[in-house]
Amino acid sequence: MDAHATTSVKLEKQRNKKSKVYMLARKFMAQRYLQAMALVGIAWMIIFSYVPLYGLIIAFKEYDITRSISKSPWVGLAQFKEFLTDDSLPYVLKNTLAMSALKLLIGFPIPILFALFVNELRSLRYKKIVQTISYLPHFLSWVILGGILTTWLSDVGIINDLLMALHIIKEPISYLAEPGYFWTIIVSSDIWKELGWNAIIYLAAIASVSPDLYEAATMDGASRFQKMFLITLPMIKGTIAILFILAVSGILSSNFDQVFILKNQLNESASNVIDTYVYQVGISEGRYSYSTAVGLFKSIIAFLLLLSANYVTKKLNDTSLL
Amino acid sequence: MLKNRTTAEKLFDWGNIALMLVICFLTIYPIWYVIVNSFNEGQDAMRGGIYWLPRVFSLDNYNTVFQNKGLMTAMGITVAKTVVGTALHVFFTAMVAYAFSRKELVGRTLYMYIGTVTLFFSGGLIPYYLLIRDLGLLDSFWVYIFPAMFSFFDLIIFLAFFRELPEGLEEAARIDGANDFKIFYRIIIPCSMPVIATISLFHGVYQWNDYFTAVIFTNNPDLQPIQTFLYRIVALSGSNQIASMVPDNVVRKVTSQSVKLATMVVATLPIVIVYPFLQKYFVKGFMIGSIKG
Repeated sequence: MDAHATTSVKLEKQRNKKSKVYMLARKFMAQRYLQAMALVGIAWMIIFSYVPLYGLIIAFKEYDITRSISKSPWVGLAQFKEFLTDDSLPYVLKNTLAMSALKLLIGFPIPILFALFVNELRSLRYKKIVQTISYLPHFLSWVILGGILTTWLSDVGIINDLLMALHIIKEPISYLAEPGYFWTIIVSSDIWKELGWNAIIYLAAIASVSPDLYEAATMDGASRFQKMFLITLPMIKGTIAILFILAVSGILSSNFDQVFILKNQLNESASNVIDTYVYQVGISEGRYSYSTAVGLFKSIIAFLLLLSANYVTKKLNDTSLL
Repeated sequence: MLKNRTTAEKLFDWGNIALMLVICFLTIYPIWYVIVNSFNEGQDAMRGGIYWLPRVFSLDNYNTVFQNKGLMTAMGITVAKTVVGTALHVFFTAMVAYAFSRKELVGRTLYMYIGTVTLFFSGGLIPYYLLIRDLGLLDSFWVYIFPAMFSFFDLIIFLAFFRELPEGLEEAARIDGANDFKIFYRIIIPCSMPVIATISLFHGVYQWNDYFTAVIFTNNPDLQPIQTFLYRIVALSGSNQIASMVPDNVVRKVTSQSVKLATMVVATLPIVIVYPFLQKYFVKGFMIGSIKG
């Protein structure tokens, strides 16, 4: 091919490119109202989501309140090193992991079981009433629940009354002042609040299971328990897997609202978790860079957990989130 | 089929009904306990032992609540932030979602990526705090509204709903020369009431129940919503805050505990009344959101 032909091909390409850009610009202008509607959303996300992501760089700096983020000096990984050698790391990490693990072990399967049993109710009306009632606690705030719990667990509260009437204890116990009871209170109040709500998604999945399967099973003489655990449960295992992945990735995030309300100075040794620690050193003590590093450390581990849980469930179950 | 139920089947059914009754009782009773104690005279309630009905019925706790100025201000803030915040959140998120739902939108794929990232990554507490500070939203009512005005998760729920709307819906309006924004609020919004009800409920509950925004971003007591007011009472056992709200003429009968319970009931009642009516919507919305999200 001679030089002349090559140039003309190039020119042709350039013209095409130009006209493409031109066409795109024209199209963009023609839909300017639509674009405006989309771009205000993008602007919101840039301000409220992406600017804080940029703000994460203070984890690698020594942020000084009198200077801007970009002018503060770099310190590399010093903040992370400080956290990893800090005295509070072991117990904060232990509390976070222990409460999450308990929630995962006990709190994760219970809504599934609840959904299975609700599904077996024959009366539609009763089913609906049970569901409506079970959603109720989800709509109470953790502040209200904190109020309910402090009332129940107080010296003249119903729990002490009950246990003393049954002669299990002799003296009333101040449960929230004793670190030993904290994890139990957290896990059980979480189950109480979210049982019905967390079951919604499983009930929805169950509703889409084909009735033919149950009919066939009835013909074969399957009992109700067999139908529940050999048909319903396997049919919703995809939903279970996805929710399990999400639960595992959240293992380092405690329910901040819940812990923050029930935590006090007396139970601190069992109640301080990563999230409350970040609040305490960051907002109360003003160590911005250090607490951002702690928060970032948590997010990175959480993301790795998400990826590995995703990998494992994919291998086991052919279901994955990503 | 019903006639052929075996004994084992019947046993299962009765057992199941009983199990559900127990669960319902365990769900309702803690709330009932608070309600009956809030209607009991405060001094008397301190002896404990009120389980089913008030022992000494009294409305003094509620009188104290409704006569307290600080508490009523807090209630007003809560109502204002819930109404304004929910209206803006729903309108704004729906508008962006509608734009994102149109296939001819130039840059749509890029926009969706930008949004998806926000689902998985966040800057965390401190960078967020610094942003709010730099935006000048500390000690401002708008700190409840602007940062909560949009959510990409809710956008996905809207998207799924808009996808199901019939194609020809907008045609007539477009022929009449209406622009996209007009089409959105004249045609799309009136056709989207189920999903709007769902998101309104979700966000309304968030706005109503959120106490932490005020804890972290405001020092002004006139800006604190009812949940933050209660938080200070419950978590910081701020009995001073309550003691100061009790008027002199009833001081002997009510206690900080009994007023606290009455406040809790008042702060919860609106939501508990509303949600059963919206149940059929949110169950659907929840499904779409969790399947797509």
